[in-house]
Amino acid sequence: MPGYLTAEPIDLGPVVASVESPERGGTAVFLGQVRNHHEGRAVLRLEYSAYVEMAEAECNRIVSEAAARWPAAVALRHRVGALGIGDTAVIVAAASAHREAAFAACRYVIEQVKRRVPIWKREFYADGAVVWVDPTAKLQPAG
Amino acid sequence: MPAAAPAAVTVRVLLFASYAETLGTDSLSLTLAAPATVADAVAGVRALPGGHRLPAKPLCARNLAHAALTDFLAEDDQLAMLPPMAGG
Repeated sequence: MPGYLTAEPIDLGPVVASVESPERGGTAVFLGQVRNHHEGRAVLRLEYSAYVEMAEAECNRIVSEAAARWPAAVALRHRVGALGIGDTAVIVAAASAHREAAFAACRYVIEQVKRRVPIWKREFYADGAVVWVDPTAKLQPAG
Repeated sequence: MPAAAPAAVTVRVLLFASYAETLGTDSLSLTLAAPATVADAVAGVRALPGGHRLPAKPLCARNLAHAALTDFLAEDDQLAMLPPMAGG
């Protein structure tokens, strides 16, 4: 099982190269990068933490599901630790003979990652606040 | 004669992110009357000092996979209480 989570910067090239092959003519890539704002507030930086053991297992399940559902090769990497604005947080690359399967597999993987992989994000705002991001609710003060 | 069913199960509870901050710990051992469900374990954690600030029905994982609150627990299971996830 590859390491889906990494504390090191993610380089797009090797991730895309890992799904390329002569019979796959289409590659779809989703690149998630750190935004400088969240719900109207200026974000300075963030930290991702994870339940690493489960996150690796869940990423593997998601990639396997995509590979079973579409004729596509799929790669996934997610950063953990401290990230700055513009840093790459996640990359999904899906390659197939044709674009439909590549787009569909790529979309499936990023949507499932957001729903199922136990990763948490703590944002540091310009106003000094530090917040655990809860996509299911309004912002809550941390701690 | 069949072995008697155990009277209790002990599980390892893992807490993350905001839940770990709320409880002031990221790991604890919990012994519950058997048979016990994920919901029973959550209730046990919420009965600890400060635990009432955790939701009554959080997302949970049992042994590295998402679990339902109605799932039964076995001895030495690893039960994780998962705050809302924010990866991607």
